[in-house]
Amino acid sequence: MERKIRVLVAKPGLDGHDRGARVVAAALRDAGMEVIYTGLHQTPEMIVQTALQVDVDVVGLSIHSGAHMTLFPAVKKLLDENGMGDVLLHGGGIIPEEDITELQKMGIGHLFGPGTSSKELVDYIREEVERKRASAKKG
Amino acid sequence: MGKPGDTTRKEVRVSAQKPQSMKSLAAQYAKWREKVDALPARDAQFISVSGVEAPFLCTPEDVKDLDYERDLGFPGEYPFTRGVRSNMYRGRLWTMRQFSGFGTAKDTNRRYKFLLEKGQTGLSVAFDMPTIMGYDSDQSRARGEVGRCGVAISCLENMKTLFDGIPLNKVSTSMTINAPASILFAFYIAVGESQGVSSHNLTGTIQNDILKEYIAQKSFIFPPTPSIRIITDIMRFAKDHVPRWNTISISGYHIREAGSTAVQELAFTLADGFAYVEAGIKAGLDVDEFAPRLSFFFNSHLDFFEEIAKYRAARRIWARHMKKKYGAKKPESWLLRFHTQTAGCSLTAQQPENNIVRTAFQALSAVLGGTQSLHTNSMDETLGLPTEKAVKIALRTQQLVAHETGAANVIDPLAGSYYVESLTDRMEQEAEAYFEKIDKLGGVVAAIEKGFMQREIGDAAYKYQRQIEKKERIVVGLNEFVDENETIDIDILKIDPKVEDDQAGTLKMVRERRDGVAVKNALEDIRTACRDEGINLMPKILHAVKVEATLGEMIQVMREEFGEYREPPIF
Repeated sequence: MERKIRVLVAKPGLDGHDRGARVVAAALRDAGMEVIYTGLHQTPEMIVQTALQVDVDVVGLSIHSGAHMTLFPAVKKLLDENGMGDVLLHGGGIIPEEDITELQKMGIGHLFGPGTSSKELVDYIREEVERKRASAKKG
Repeated sequence: MGKPGDTTRKEVRVSAQKPQSMKSLAAQYAKWREKVDALPARDAQFISVSGVEAPFLCTPEDVKDLDYERDLGFPGEYPFTRGVRSNMYRGRLWTMRQFSGFGTAKDTNRRYKFLLEKGQTGLSVAFDMPTIMGYDSDQSRARGEVGRCGVAISCLENMKTLFDGIPLNKVSTSMTINAPASILFAFYIAVGESQGVSSHNLTGTIQNDILKEYIAQKSFIFPPTPSIRIITDIMRFAKDHVPRWNTISISGYHIREAGSTAVQELAFTLADGFAYVEAGIKAGLDVDEFAPRLSFFFNSHLDFFEEIAKYRAARRIWARHMKKKYGAKKPESWLLRFHTQTAGCSLTAQQPENNIVRTAFQALSAVLGGTQSLHTNSMDETLGLPTEKAVKIALRTQQLVAHETGAANVIDPLAGSYYVESLTDRMEQEAEAYFEKIDKLGGVVAAIEKGFMQREIGDAAYKYQRQIEKKERIVVGLNEFVDENETIDIDILKIDPKVEDDQAGTLKMVRERRDGVAVKNALEDIRTACRDEGINLMPKILHAVKVEATLGEMIQVMREEFGEYREPPIF
């Protein structure tokens, strides 16, 4: 049997608004995933370090502070540099449409906005991880 | 309507008749309910925003224990349930105060002038995350965050720009700042001085409520003990030098935004307030010296009556505890004065124009609940910082409530409503039950360290989200009445990425022109005061500010001395 999907929920940057991150963490746990929550005020280095240590399939960043254009690319770059380019990096928060487009061009996954249901998020993660696992087997 | 004396006589007559009429009323009600319960009900959950089952109908039975003099009294009189001023909005409307800040001090100064020109009556500063967390704009941890969700203020020069052309003896200013509150307060005092305004004439508020940071908003720097020491230093300093300043704005707003219920917001906020009172008394201050300068800040969510009852209960609880438990003698110490902000977390990114309507209802309940000042959210706040157009509509909403609805004509107009009065009572009782629980855990700080409030709020937030997803709770435009393939066509405010460079330039200029030795000495004085509780930090910080030490430099010294707080991650 394949191992449970392992997700790192992370709060990068200086912002402490963690309602979204904690609700998401609880919802993913209830959907049967293994969830690790970093806690607050994490630098990209700290997040990637944790991701490496616990060997995650997915990293989800929660950002409400407007710092997404700096923090997402920084985490992406460090994941790639550490041989974790296949980890699904995605996230949520208050992120304008055109920034989402730009971030997705850099290889960042879906970015969920306010009002997203847990189901949408869970389905997305399952599909993406299955796809990645399948292509890894083939490869 | 008769004179106050007539009302009292009538009360006495009614209560004399109570036993007989109540009995028959209860019987009549039961009979009526039987009939009604046989009717089909709409398929819906009749619960409040807080998840509380709403009563079917309220009658005099629900308020049979209500004693007018004991529980309500007159506005401006103990226990202040009906309001803190005797003439309320007949004397003066609430202060219309829009929380605002973005980009550089110059950008925000322009927005303040726009708001004042449109009839706003007070200022409210939103700082960016680096400022809130005690970093200068040019420090590495600030990267990508400068000016993004508030204005970047690292030094006195920035603060002077922020209030350029705004005379500080003419406006009152509220500053949403907590861990570094002492420093921003000192910046403000120094700007006042540079404008020739004595600190004795400054009016405004620093949020300075660190307890709710550990509980909800999580913008803490130092551990609780030194944080509370800084707060008592500020209270002591302000009573002598800035006597018209509100030294703490004890905030439920963030507790609610983090997902709490209305009762949790009420209970945790007041428990924090009592903790500050106890800290002040323990530091050797007389309760009547500092309590009149404590103010409050509540959320206004969508459940209209629950919110109104919450404000009324808050005033009554505070008055009763301040008088009876803490022995405050001045009526000013018994008053719970509060600011309100409408609930950001109630707004939707879908069909954002609907947020104007949500905000209007929330503004009305704040006014019917007797708020002293109000911020109304802009419709676009789930998408970004407010544009000028959106913030103008938000301000106009308040002006409409003030001048068109009639809500400001009559004081506490919902008093006597069977529902509102019974709800007010119930919320008071439930808050008292929380106070007991917190006491049993060893007080507010111990309860925080055990994660008690954080868990209660997290659980409530998750429950709320589940209710929306299961459609037990309808949110218009989100899980019902959805526009398929909706495209959002409102403007979004963009922050110029140049802000970071501008700030770096200003800081470089300041560092070059200032007297390095004076700065070094001033920072060492702060260090000494950190180590010795007998030395008040405020005068040391004020001096450092004036020789142009930066926010980041001062906080760094304090971090070294006080340490940093780390929260155990829980979900």
